Order: sequence, then C-alpha cells, then structure tokens
Amino acid sequence: MNLRRTRAVARKEFLHILRDPRSLVMALALPLLMILLFGYALTLDVDRIPAIVYDMDRSPGSRELISRFQASRYFQILGAATDYAAIQQEIDRDECMLGIVVPQDYARDVLTGRMPQIQLLFDGSDSNTASIGLAYANGIVQMFAADLRTRAQNRMGSGAGGIPVEPRLRVWYNSQLKSKNYIVPGLIALILMIIGALMTSLTLAREWEMGTMEQLLSTPLRPAEVALGKMSAYFVLGLIDMLLTIFVGVFIFQVPQRGSYIFLVVSGCLFLIGALLWGILISALTRSQLVAYMLAMVTSFLPAFLLSGFVFAIENMPLPVQFVSHLFPTRYSISILKGIFLRGVGFEVLYREIGFLAIYAALVFLIAVKRLRQKVA
Amino acid sequence: MWNRIREIVRKEFFQTLRDPRTRALLLGPPILQLIIFGYAVNLDVENARTAWMDMDRTPESRELLSAFEGSRYFRISETPRNDSEVRKLMDHGRVLAVVRVLPGFSRDIQRGNAASIQILVDGTNSNTAAIVSGYANQVVTAYAGKVRAARQGSTLVAPTTALKGPVPSVIPVLTAQSRVWFNPDLKSRVYFVPGVVVILIALVTIMLTAMSIVREKEIGTMEQLMVTPMRPFELILGKLLPFALAGIFEVAIVVVAALVIFRIPLRGSILLLFGCSVLYLLSTLGVGLFISTISRTQQQAMMSSFFFFLPALLLSGFAFPIRNMPDPVQYLTYLNPLRYFMQIVRGLFLKGVGVESLWQEIAALAIFGAAILGLSALRFQKTLD
Repeated sequence: MNLRRTRAVARKEFLHILRDPRSLVMALALPLLMILLFGYALTLDVDRIPAIVYDMDRSPGSRELISRFQASRYFQILGAATDYAAIQQEIDRDECMLGIVVPQDYARDVLTGRMPQIQLLFDGSDSNTASIGLAYANGIVQMFAADLRTRAQNRMGSGAGGIPVEPRLRVWYNSQLKSKNYIVPGLIALILMIIGALMTSLTLAREWEMGTMEQLLSTPLRPAEVALGKMSAYFVLGLIDMLLTIFVGVFIFQVPQRGSYIFLVVSGCLFLIGALLWGILISALTRSQLVAYMLAMVTSFLPAFLLSGFVFAIENMPLPVQFVSHLFPTRYSISILKGIFLRGVGFEVLYREIGFLAIYAALVFLIAVKRLRQKVA
Repeated sequence: MWNRIREIVRKEFFQTLRDPRTRALLLGPPILQLIIFGYAVNLDVENARTAWMDMDRTPESRELLSAFEGSRYFRISETPRNDSEVRKLMDHGRVLAVVRVLPGFSRDIQRGNAASIQILVDGTNSNTAAIVSGYANQVVTAYAGKVRAARQGSTLVAPTTALKGPVPSVIPVLTAQSRVWFNPDLKSRVYFVPGVVVILIALVTIMLTAMSIVREKEIGTMEQLMVTPMRPFELILGKLLPFALAGIFEVAIVVVAALVIFRIPLRGSILLLFGCSVLYLLSTLGVGLFISTISRTQQQAMMSSFFFFLPALLLSGFAFPIRNMPDPVQYLTYLNPLRYFMQIVRGLFLKGVGVESLWQEIAALAIFGAAILGLSALRFQKTLD
C-alpha cells in the first residue's frame, strides 16, 4: 500500500467530480432538498382529519357534540351531509375521511338513558391515519359522555361521579410526537447511503465501460489503492453532506440533538466508509454501469429506505424480514442516529451497533479488494 | 418505417436480454422490491413490547395487568423494579411503553378517588407512539368502565327496550359505534402494496430509459445510430417501447402478487388499471427521455433521475399523506404525475370506484403524459441535430 499512489487516484477522482458540476451540485443539493421536504412538508402526524357530519337530530345537544369535534385539532368539519349517500360520495372521491352520524332523537335518548349511538364512518384505506383518528374520535366521544354523566349526576345530587381510573400519559424522547424528530436523524443515513453506495458503484463500472480500467491496471496501482483512492473522493462529498444535514436539521428545523456531536460525526463516518466500500464492491462485481446501478439500488438504497427503521418500524415486520434487515448496515446506523439525537445516549449503549458497522466495513473492504485482484489477474 | 422501428426494438431487447445478469436484474428486483415493500412497509402496531411496573401489587392492579395482556396490542416483556431499570429499558429501546401502577392504586379505587395509571411511551417513532398511546388509553378506559359499573352497581340504569315516558334519575350513556370502510381490519399492507406499483414503474422506467440512452452517447454508439436512415421519431419509439413493455409487465406482476401473495382484493376494473398504467408510462418514459437529453454521463443520468424520483415519490402521498402538507406544497403535488396514479391505483384496489370518481385524475395523467413525452421528444430531436 502506497500513500502517494492512493492520493493520485483520489486526485483523479476529485477532478472527475469537479469536472461535472451538475452532479456535484446535485450531490450537495439532494440532502438539502430532502431535509427541506421532511422538515417542512412530510409528516405522519395526524391532525385536521377532514370530516363530514350527518346530523339527523339537529338539536342543541347534537350541536354540542359536533362542536367537540370542531374544537379538536385532530378533526376538521368540512360540511354537513343530508344522507348516507352524500357521505359515501365524499369518501369515494377522497374529499373526506370520516363521516359522523348523529341518530334521530339523539338528544331525547341521552336524557332518557337509552344509550344513543353516534356512528363514526371511517375511510380505512389509509389505515394509519384511520387507526390514530379512530382513537382520537373515540376519546372525544368518551370525554363528552363523561361530561354528560357528571352533569346529570350533579343535577341529581349524587356526587360519586368522575372517572375512576385515569391514564396519565407521558411521552419520552419526542414529547410532542413530531414525526420530523425521528425522520430527520434517519435521513442522514439515507443520504450517506445514496452518496456512498449509489454514486461510487458507478465509478469503477464506468472505467470498465470506457476501457480506462485497463489503463489503470497497467499502472503499478494495487487494488487496495484503487479502492481507497476512489473512496476518499466520495468520502469528502459524503462528509460535507452529513455536516450539512446535521446543521440544517438542528439549527433550522430544530430537531433535538441530545447526544455528543463528536460521537455523531465519528459514527456517521464509520457508516459512510462501509457504504462507500459497498459501492466499490458492487463496482468490482460488474462491468456495466446499468447493472451496477440496479445492484446498488436493490442492495443499498431500498434496504436503507425500507428495512432500516427509517420510517417503518422494524419490530412490526414479519420475522424473516426482520432477520434480513440485520444484514444491512443502515439499520444499525439509524439506531445509532436516533439514539444520539433523541435519547442522548452514547457509546455505552450503542457499542453493539458501532461494532457491527466496523466489522461490516472491514469485511466489505477485504472482499472488494479480493474481487478487484481477481479481475486484474 | 415500421421495419426500422422493429429493428431498433429488436436491438434494444437483444442488448438488455443478452447478458444473463441483466436478465435477472430486470425480473429479480421488481419481485424482490415488491415482497420487501409488501412486508416491510407497515405502520401497524401489534404486540408492542411493554414493561410492567407494579408498585401496588393488589388484585386490582393484577386485573389491569391481565387487561393489558389480553389486548393483542401489548406484550408484557419486562417487569422492572425501579426507576433506573425503567430508564435503562427505555434508553436501550427494549420496550416501547412502560405501564406504572403507583402504590395506593387499589385504595384509591375502593375509596372512590380518581386512581391514575402512569404510562410512559417511547416517542422516538412518533407514529408508533401515537398508536400505542391510543391503545393504552383504550385499555385503561375499558378497565375504568368496568370499575365504574361495579361501583355504581344497580344505580347505572340498564337500557330497557320499550320505556315510554321519562325514566327517573338516569345517568346518560353515550357510546360511539365506529365502522371502517374499505379496509376494515386497518391493515396498512392493504394501503401500501397497491401503491408499490406506482413506485416500481417509476423506478424502473425513468432510470433505465435515461441511462440506456445516455449509455449510447457515452460509448459513442449514438453517432452510429444517427448515421443510419433512422428518423429521430423512430429512434425514440424504438428506445421507449421495450421499457414500456417492461413497465406493463411489472404492473401485471404486482397485480398478481397483490392478489395471490398478499391477498389484497382488486375491487375495481383491471382494464382501467392497465389503461391508466399506460397513461402513467407516458409520463415516466417522458421524464426518462428528458433526463437523457440533459445528461452526458450515466452517473449524471442516475443522479438526475434520483433528483426527480425521490421528491416525486415523497410527494406522491405514498407514505406521507398529502393532506398533512402545507398548502403551497399541496399545490406543488398537483404537478406530480405519481400523485394522480397513486390515487387511481388506490381508488381501484381499495375503494373499487370507477371512472365516475377518478375522471379528474385520469384526465390529469393523460395531459401530463402527453405534454411531458411530447416536449421531451422535441428536445431529444433537437439535441440529435
């Protein structure tokens, strides 16, 4: 291994990157664009569920119930329907998600103790919004029922009202339940994977396709030097992206960062190295950029997006899929990132994940160099 | 003319299918992606790992425990004894929630005071946390209902069937009956799997189109193609047709997999689905063609495709509801062909609606497809000259 030769390859690769300003700008703008989207526009938080009311009773009592829904930030009453067909039509056309139906004689039934039933018709196609919305709607009706009960009991003079057992909810780590707080840290890993694996996977394949690989090989360069030299150029790019994402996430979008910045950057670099090496390995496996790209897509970006806990929680997946998720480094990186950002924990808790990332990087490096050597021979 | 188109289509097919690895890659990833997507993309919460910390240890608290254990949403996996153990479990992410019964719980219940249950939820994944909180509330409220019924005993007037006239001293009872349409079990798979087709088509057609055209430029065979009597229009058609076929093929795979593997019903018309897929392909192929005109290297083509694809995917409503976005961004999504096709696919699969509900989306898709493909073809022609 010769440092000078490695540096020469790195310089050549740098020139490649610099000579293609558009790719460079895109590589730097992609993280900004994604963080902008996730910080500003994309959220799984459920609020303002569009609802439509079909009030068959039209009494002060029914209006009071509806006003409870109106007052909640989780629902937004869009209008009134005059029959079931209107609700059906609105839901079919995706204009609203919830139909609230107040039955006839609702107010009288409440007073006479006949247990009137409010009907909540939910569009379940978006099951996530629907199941959270369902819990909120039930909560509103229960609260309202409790109020009615207390009122009646006060009127009758029997004091023993109130709710006998009350859940006191406290949320740790992300107390406002903002989805951006858990997505932005994971975004760092996703971006590093795109820059690391996707971009590098094309670099060696390009040399093969253009026929310049033979030229590279006829020089005294060793495979390890090619790999490290190619890597280091993209490493700088990835590092800039990482710092950019952290900066924008923490200072502009106010994502809490409770852990150590040094540990954050060091663990990020470790992951980035693994991703870069994976890209090099893919590159060494194929001679066509198209194939390299498809391989990189399937083995890096998609698992990073889907099997990493980035948005979709791993513990909800079927066991075989959970098992597969262990094979991809993004899963560990995202645990680390969320641990640092939200829980504020450090190496003492995350040593296993760090260990895996290190082993992964070393293993991929060895295989990649071996493959390159085989190709040379 | 058709002769020449046929020739270039043949050449493209040969080129992509000659290499066994490419052959495998054209088939493998879509199926793999579909299966991963289908199984991984899931926002449901079941069997949330929960810690139970009982500081009361009375029959009442044990009854509450069995209420939690009986719910399919919670699985009691730890029983920490003190706060530092709780802290450790939460920090390591070993549990999603901790239920804490404080001392004096049963005493409060017996005396008729408000007893409270502490529930700590790990908010790291805010979505899971919101669902878990909702379920925990339900379990505790149901338990509270039982306690109240026991406490009030007969004073709680049971509803009688045919009571005429005012009933003396009743306590009003109000319940909500909820009915969920289209996806009654609230399985997120039913929502996500159909949407996968939108992503797969975009992923395959945009990038493959762009990269395969740029490839010819990069290795210099584009000049060779241009000196043939082939007209630009024929060249475009010949280049795009194989990918269009691949796209249609992928729609078929996804539909079959959705029906057979994931058992998701297709309630609408399958013909309409394929018809709309063709309209959608116009847009994705057009974008791919456009990217090929602005890229010199395959790496550029890949980055540009990515630059289009990622925001388009995120703003399509696939995972993140468009309704939640700020208004300016919502307007922006109207420019996104993925958005329309997503709505169509979900409408067809889940709601079983037809043209009468979807005509706006279909029209938008057709207009966008024609415009994008037309403009890209013009630009492609110009860059050839």
